Amino acid sequence: MGVTERKSTGQAPTSLDGTGPIPGYHVRLGCDSPLRLDCGVELFDFPTAYQTYGRLNADKSNAVLVCHALTGDQFVADAHPVTGKPGWWEMMVGAGKVLDTDRFYVICANILGGCMGTIGPREVNPATGKAWGLSFPVITIADMVRAQAMLIDHLGIDRLFAVVGGSLGGMQVLEWAASYPQRLYTAIPIATALLHTAQNIAFHEVGRQAIMADPDWCGGDYLDQGKRPLRGLAVARMAAHITYLSESALHQKFGRKLQDRKAFTYGFDADFQVESYLRYQGSIFVDRFDANSYLYITRAMDYFDLVESHGGPTKLFRNTPVRFCIVSFTGDWLYPTPENQKIVHALNAVAANVSFAEVVSDKGHDAFLLDEPDFHRVLTGFISGAWERRQGHAAAQG
Amino acid sequence: MLPLRVKSMPADRKGIRVDLQLVADMIEPGTRVLDVGCGDGTLLDYLVHFRQVDGRGLELSPDGVHACISAGLPVIQGDADTDLKDYPDDAYDYVVLSQTLQAMYAPKAVLTHLLRIGRRAIISFPNFAYWRVRLYLFLWGRMPRNETLPYTWYETPNIHFCSILDFLELCREMGIVIERSHVLDSWGVPRMMGRSRFLANLFGVQAVFLLRKSG
Repeated sequence: MGVTERKSTGQAPTSLDGTGPIPGYHVRLGCDSPLRLDCGVELFDFPTAYQTYGRLNADKSNAVLVCHALTGDQFVADAHPVTGKPGWWEMMVGAGKVLDTDRFYVICANILGGCMGTIGPREVNPATGKAWGLSFPVITIADMVRAQAMLIDHLGIDRLFAVVGGSLGGMQVLEWAASYPQRLYTAIPIATALLHTAQNIAFHEVGRQAIMADPDWCGGDYLDQGKRPLRGLAVARMAAHITYLSESALHQKFGRKLQDRKAFTYGFDADFQVESYLRYQGSIFVDRFDANSYLYITRAMDYFDLVESHGGPTKLFRNTPVRFCIVSFTGDWLYPTPENQKIVHALNAVAANVSFAEVVSDKGHDAFLLDEPDFHRVLTGFISGAWERRQGHAAAQG
Repeated sequence: MLPLRVKSMPADRKGIRVDLQLVADMIEPGTRVLDVGCGDGTLLDYLVHFRQVDGRGLELSPDGVHACISAGLPVIQGDADTDLKDYPDDAYDYVVLSQTLQAMYAPKAVLTHLLRIGRRAIISFPNFAYWRVRLYLFLWGRMPRNETLPYTWYETPNIHFCSILDFLELCREMGIVIERSHVLDSWGVPRMMGRSRFLANLFGVQAVFLLRKSG
């Protein structure tokens, strides 16, 4: 195979805080045949970073691909190398958990355009020896999924048992099901949508403008100039963070409470707890995320329209063998239930095998990352049912 | 699950309610079935496991949906009054509407969709012309409440009650062919409807119909 693999070596890309190499698996893909991007550019011999949990079984039938969201990464269930915080889906992935690593081989790769070891604008362009910056080609979610399929090829897996993800991760799941229906048995898109709405695009544009308005962005060339647009990226994160929470979650958490003071200061310091919280969220985000990656990934999400890119509503998912389980949350106003129901309706229109549940939660879009017992119960049931059926099919065929 | 619109009939030997067993007996093994208003999935589970059907469900209540998906049944949380339009024509061999017709906002439109989506439809509903119901209203002058109709008028989900004769009239009007029909009497014993529709309408607690489009 035209790929090489190495783990935690000095050659691995360094983490954003410059403290050392990014731990985990690193592989170079596209050595034999390139990754052809939707924009027409071809990527050769590019790095991909990923993590795995559990063991691949003998017939390679127990692999589950987890797709991470906009600001997530491959560290699903181990401590983050920069922040030291627990993995973003530790609640879901592990022994005896919903994605039970005693049973499944769970894979998660840093997405194309990311900043945790997979090729993206902060990686070095071998042709110039400098960071790609804005010379990095504009990518799509279909490109991310093509790159993941190359990784799955590299791991020698024909068919994944499941592809799972929330938000942008859910869009990747849908793209997987639409592009590679024979390569996955179940698809679990969570809190997501078939396309990015005008409102979704609008919020992203606010974030991008905040980054680009920061003088330290330097036209995207900040890495070569030894700067980073930290203020712009923090503001982008603050605006986005509001969309991840519900009004009631913000109200319950902060209300109009003041931050470490008994009265207004009659100034523009963070008088309110909610201001202080957002500033904090912005400040810790910039430690682990790259501003140009934020531009590229939000752009990829804005370009997402699965119906349009797969030949219209009558062609999308036609004759799909994939079993779907879609979950939405009542308090999610970023990808609200009606957007998730459009996925269900598209699948119903082709009589696909689909389950859909709306989970009652006031935690907003972020509910899919949090402890929501109903959500976990539904997924556990769906996964167990599908796994039994999968085993049944395998037994019948073998 | 949806609030039970009709109190459970006695279970038979196989472990599901008699009215559900009647529905199940109308379904050929190995076919494609959509159960509209599938509740906690009792019938669907039975059909999948004992009739080997490719079964799907549609259910309004979160508890019902969670129970179904947790049991490995493919069920969608949705409203039959609004969501059936998204299903394609002739996608299923049977579409089942068990004890749910009377809770629909637009029963006639739902019935049209059922026979568009499925080659056959199986409908069961409580008979509002059952003699005890008639007697209750006649004697007490109050909306009937009994074992099979446990709700007060102000909290019942049943907004479109009908009698067996009413339903037969609707089928005639819509050109629907009735292939089989059963009534359950007050002991939960299923009987063929027979020649006297008047008697069926008087003594039937529930009715189960196997329907198809004419032509």
